[in-house]
Amino acid sequence: MNELQLKILELLLEDARRDAATIATMLDLAVDEVRTIIRDLEERHVIVKYATVVNWSKVDNDKVTALIEVQITPERGRGFDAIAEKIYLHPEVKSVYLMSGAYDLLVEIEGSTLKEVASFVSNKLSPIESVLSTKTFFILKKYKQDGIIFEEHEGDQRMSVSP
Amino acid sequence: MQKYIAPVVRDIPPSGIRKFFDLVSASKDIISLGVGEPDFVTPWSVRDACVMALERGRTSYTPNAGLVELREAIAEYLQSSFQLRYEPTQQILVTVGGSEAIDLALRTLIAPGDEVLIPEPCYISYSPITAITGGVPVGIETFAKDQFKITAESLRAKLTPRSKVLILCYPSNPTGGIMTYEDWLPIAQLVEEHDLIVISDEIYAELTYGRKHVSFASMPGMMERTILVSGFSKAFAMTGWRLGYACGHPELIAAMLKIHQYTVMCAPIMGQVAAVAALREGLAEKGRMVDAYNQRRRLVVKGFREIGLECHEPQGAFYAFPSIQNTGLDSETFAQRLLQEGRVAVVPGNVFGLGGEGFIRCSYATSVSNLTEALERIGSVVRPLLS
Ligand SMILES: Cc1ncc(COP(=O)(O)O)c(C=O)c1O
Repeated sequence: MNELQLKILELLLEDARRDAATIATMLDLAVDEVRTIIRDLEERHVIVKYATVVNWSKVDNDKVTALIEVQITPERGRGFDAIAEKIYLHPEVKSVYLMSGAYDLLVEIEGSTLKEVASFVSNKLSPIESVLSTKTFFILKKYKQDGIIFEEHEGDQRMSVSP
Repeated sequence: MQKYIAPVVRDIPPSGIRKFFDLVSASKDIISLGVGEPDFVTPWSVRDACVMALERGRTSYTPNAGLVELREAIAEYLQSSFQLRYEPTQQILVTVGGSEAIDLALRTLIAPGDEVLIPEPCYISYSPITAITGGVPVGIETFAKDQFKITAESLRAKLTPRSKVLILCYPSNPTGGIMTYEDWLPIAQLVEEHDLIVISDEIYAELTYGRKHVSFASMPGMMERTILVSGFSKAFAMTGWRLGYACGHPELIAAMLKIHQYTVMCAPIMGQVAAVAALREGLAEKGRMVDAYNQRRRLVVKGFREIGLECHEPQGAFYAFPSIQNTGLDSETFAQRLLQEGRVAVVPGNVFGLGGEGFIRCSYATSVSNLTEALERIGSVVRPLLS
């Protein structure tokens, strides 16, 4: 990854709706060059998707999210990947990470109710053969996600005009 | 109570910025491009150093000239960044902001009647402080066609037998203009020829785009004749800490120290501790802020030009200084209409002295989304005026 690609990624991370023309101006590049780089990043799946970060606690039908620590026995020949896949293919699963330390996979589940999440764990996750144990932690409040703080901070504190 | 107020103070004209500030404060939902300070907060490591120092109970006075550790850090920094060699214990004075350093320098140098040469448009404090000390401010107009650089001809034209001090401020607030080594050469020559002493306010030295700042004090023969003024406000986003410094000939610094020790004793220790951290650990963060300013700078300059306003390319500080002459309005009327009709605050150029009329100062120390929205609003106010 070269410096230019990184700079473009940073600008898109800040605001995915920034258009190529704006980015080109900000980095002093030709628009076509920016477009080519972005297209390349998309094709290589460096840029996977342009998604929206939602603060669900502001939406009436708030969701329930849980983090689940999962211990598994790796499958011969395929290690953890096959089991991870078995888990992440479920639509309820928001993210799956392979971890170092006391457990193997960290799974994030989202559902509409506590019951729904609990039943996912007992009916879908635990029965998987190689799953040895699970520990479920419900998230009570999200303060910050992907570098974005949800609480609205006191805005600009500066005087509006100064020398 | 007016009769009790000393005439030199009574006669200071009200600040144009202040007047505009009152107007803006009374309005709602505005985007302000009128802010003369970074929109970033002080880097975390710098804040942390201050918190640690407080927890350890570092709450005392410091030596009048500032913590030795800080003066040493400043000396190292000036040497490595701008090839300036100052002896930390005799040639560096830590002050309450660059503001105090400017005040001390002027009070130290000026006797009643001395003329102080000030390239304008410029930062608003030079002329009033000169007047308070009994000096006579002499403006030197600079022009957009010269990218607001001071030229030897314009300086020479204002020299008289009473000329004593030349104030330089590059990178410039409000124009964003800078001076290169080649630009400085003829100025340095004139300074030498006419035995002037220079106050060089280089508080924006770190904020240059595409080329490195050249300190006037680093020009051949100029170190002795220059009081360098700088500070932490702009480079490290530390405006509220009130920390700056002055560097120069030991005798000049000693003279400034005389005033400083009686008026403020010393700069606050918490700020001084933080400033050490800024110089030791804050430079990478500073680099990231400069990158962000540069991106916004390109955005606003292009934006103004697309709207149809001429805008010289600012190469330093965080201000764009577009001309609004083709709207047919004067700066103040324009700024007021922009505030009322466009809900965008800018500073009318006339408050910055000669050559400022017909321009507006727009700070790009604000988020890209604010800048984009502000440009849109400015466009919708300006376009009808141009057609
Ligand atoms: C050109 C210039 N000099 C000096 C100052 C004063 O800075 P401080 O007192 O915060 O160091 C400013 C602040 O706006 C400035 O723009």
